Amino acid sequence: MTTTPTTEIRSSPGADEAAVRKAIASTARPPRASALSAAFTFGWRGMLKVKHVPEQLLDVTITPVMFVLMFTYLFGGAVAGSTAAYLDYILPGILVMSVLFTTVYSGVALNTDLTKGVVDRFRSLPIWRPAPLVGSLLGDTVRYLIAGTVIIVLGVILGYRPGAGVTGVVAALALVITFSFGLSWVFTTMGLLLRTPNAVMNAGFMGIFPLTFLSNVFVDPATLPGPLEAFVKVNPISILVNASRGLMEGTASAGDIGIVLATAAALTAVFAPLTTRLYRRG
Amino acid sequence: MASQAPLAIEATGLVKDFGETRAVDGVDLAVRSGSVYGVLGPNGAGKTTTIRILATLLRPDAGSARVLGYDIVEEADSVRSAVSLTGQLASVDEDLTGRENLILIGRLLGLKRAGAKARAAELLEAFGLAEAAARLVKNYSGGMRRRLDIAASIVVTPRLMFLDEPTAGLDPRSRNQVWDIIRSLVAGGTTILLCTQYLEEADQLADGLAVIDRGKVIAEGTPGQLKASVGTGALHVRLLDPDQRTEAERVLGRELGAVHLDPDPAALTAQCSDADRGAEAVAALARSGVGIADFSLGQPSLDEVFLALTGHAAEEGPPEQPEVIEEEQPA
Repeated sequence: MTTTPTTEIRSSPGADEAAVRKAIASTARPPRASALSAAFTFGWRGMLKVKHVPEQLLDVTITPVMFVLMFTYLFGGAVAGSTAAYLDYILPGILVMSVLFTTVYSGVALNTDLTKGVVDRFRSLPIWRPAPLVGSLLGDTVRYLIAGTVIIVLGVILGYRPGAGVTGVVAALALVITFSFGLSWVFTTMGLLLRTPNAVMNAGFMGIFPLTFLSNVFVDPATLPGPLEAFVKVNPISILVNASRGLMEGTASAGDIGIVLATAAALTAVFAPLTTRLYRRG
Repeated sequence: MASQAPLAIEATGLVKDFGETRAVDGVDLAVRSGSVYGVLGPNGAGKTTTIRILATLLRPDAGSARVLGYDIVEEADSVRSAVSLTGQLASVDEDLTGRENLILIGRLLGLKRAGAKARAAELLEAFGLAEAAARLVKNYSGGMRRRLDIAASIVVTPRLMFLDEPTAGLDPRSRNQVWDIIRSLVAGGTTILLCTQYLEEADQLADGLAVIDRGKVIAEGTPGQLKASVGTGALHVRLLDPDQRTEAERVLGRELGAVHLDPDPAALTAQCSDADRGAEAVAALARSGVGIADFSLGQPSLDEVFLALTGHAAEEGPPEQPEVIEEEQPA
């Protein structure tokens, strides 16, 4: 592994004309890359960026840790009588919240990417049209996985013991990531419609913040005033949290899981083609 | 065009609007296979927009074009399979290393993992980037970045290559290196469409030229024809006393014709077709009592070509805001 110096490289030899001519003469065009291979290549690009700029993982690791500690110890006693009881209630909720917040960054990253010349090259390549988008979202799911894993490990350290064991936790994590994949298409659409990364960030959180807080992440909806309770119950985020709690405790209902998967599929069906169209028309 | 070679690019009446601004206003182009065709014009003339239309990144609002025989709208994917683009902003990923960039493009073009790695190594070696292969591109110099950019464009050798201002912002040594690479590409049989602001660059590389201004082709021909139409050169004069510029302008105007006042308040430029007349004009200046600090006879610059062809200077062209990377906003 070579380390990367931060200084500008000043002197360099030029191109070797004979070698350039040989390089130009030496290739035939290979068969076109398959859709899957192109998408995975873009996923690989996302991974390389994490490798070269590991700092970008900070927001998906530090923020969830803060949420867990803050909510458990600050509100646990008041809301649920004890921190231990509240931890059982809130941990699946914070898992959902942290991963959903991370999806906003998919739109921010896409918007940032658009200001770079490399997107022109991607657009001029003979590849499956949605490949750059699908690929980078596949790369992002690794970030979601990291955020989710941090929460669960911290929860276990603090005394959280899920009833359905490792299988339940893995199933809940898979469900949350699947939903996030669908939701992130909404933010990539925003990433293409809005002008700056900051605008995407603001608009994204303006949507996701109230939706997350007006759900059953933090409190039992039964304690809320009637109209609010009605809204919280149909909020897809509440349903996702219910399904995740259920999977982790071994009490999941097939109905909740079905609604979550259908929502993810619907978001993808609407926003993936929209994002792709916006991306290609540049 | 007299030659029988098939046309690599054939564009008729291309039009592109960005909101109120008409960036490209009825451009026709005919580029022979195997040639270097230069598109010359100031910033905002519509060069980049034209290239982006031909490279299938933008759809024309009117007109049509065939690239290597494929329609750029109906057969966009076939066009993409045969061309490559080196954009005005370096079209490489700054957050990856040079090697990773080339492997990425190789994989996307359908090379297997081992093939993409081998091709990347070969290109890095050929372009003098082997030592910097494992460094992040954001730490490359401008010249290295350009070479990597061109290397990325020939991971699979294209039949036609779009080069948008390939030497903008490079020092003279890097610029010469890029020119050498372009000549090698041409020798290998690749057709090149080259956008540039520099007449010298077009002169060095291009077989044919179109001059674009305000979205229209205003002149076409070989570099030699173009320069002949402008006059073979220009007389640049710097005065000892800027206050005498009006008098100098009058004298040069009488002796040589069109005079252009430079931004430097002590300098002016006149079109001058031969050295003898230039020398006489300088003598006339001296006789009229204008003090000369220095003078030179040179090739016409793009400014002078523009002055001659359009009657206005290059930088007076309309501001074309979507020229670089501005996204087209959906209606």
